[in-house]
Amino acid sequence: MPINYYLFLAIALFSIGVVGVLTRRNAIIIFMCIELMLNAVNLLLVAFSKMHYNQAAAAAIPIANPGIDGQLFVFFIMVVAAAEVSVGLAIIVMLYRNIHSVDINFLNRLKH
Amino acid sequence: MSISAILFWVLSVAALFSALMVVTSRNPIHSVIWLIITFFAISGHYILLNAQFLAVVNIIVYAGAIMVLFLFVIMLMNLNKESEPARHRWLQLAGGVSGGALLLVLVAALKDTELKSQQSLLLEGHTGLIKTLGQELFSTYVIPFELSSILFLSAMVGAVLIGKKD
Repeated sequence: MPINYYLFLAIALFSIGVVGVLTRRNAIIIFMCIELMLNAVNLLLVAFSKMHYNQAAAAAIPIANPGIDGQLFVFFIMVVAAAEVSVGLAIIVMLYRNIHSVDINFLNRLKH
Repeated sequence: MSISAILFWVLSVAALFSALMVVTSRNPIHSVIWLIITFFAISGHYILLNAQFLAVVNIIVYAGAIMVLFLFVIMLMNLNKESEPARHRWLQLAGGVSGGALLLVLVAALKDTELKSQQSLLLEGHTGLIKTLGQELFSTYVIPFELSSILFLSAMVGAVLIGKKD
């Protein structure tokens, strides 16, 4: 597959995530849209990793495992996302206990 | 059109449609289910790119652990269609327009890149296999790997501390 197909697919997924963050008011849905954006970037990283593999194979460059850094980076992004979700959901649960809603428009107390 | 090209298009359409449904559906539970379908489609893309380890990890970690955590929190709060905050029409319009503008700018900027003729290799290569990734992870990337365990520990402590009733 040409790399720009993956590029446009990842851009579309990322933009859908951005639209979700901007339009929804439920804090949990906003969090899920952030996960969607992370996954769009992950998909693009894997596609570029395979592109570098292809380039190195075509040019017969003697490096061990060309393009493996991209896939390991995806692995670390998943690690960070898992840690982020656990802390973020704990914060949302605490907010829900305090204001009995997940509407982010009630979270403007830092303004006053 | 080869079978992998057909699979690519089917998975892309499935990913985009379910991502749209995540944003548009009113019920938070339905949003979670659609997001799980999106993750399965993205895992299908990983398998197509022969990144098998990442495909399996994506299903286990994202669809298995993270989304179950989301479902658990939503059911704990008893959120449904009625408790969903009312959406402001102008806010929705502004969000849609700005997201579409972002899409337009990125596509216009990257439409004529030099990479256009490059191919992303399908169904070949041993980069994504667990043996190669594991050897690299435990030799070159061993320090970030150990640091991520500290990150997990601190995230766990933080989540327990925040979630504790004071």
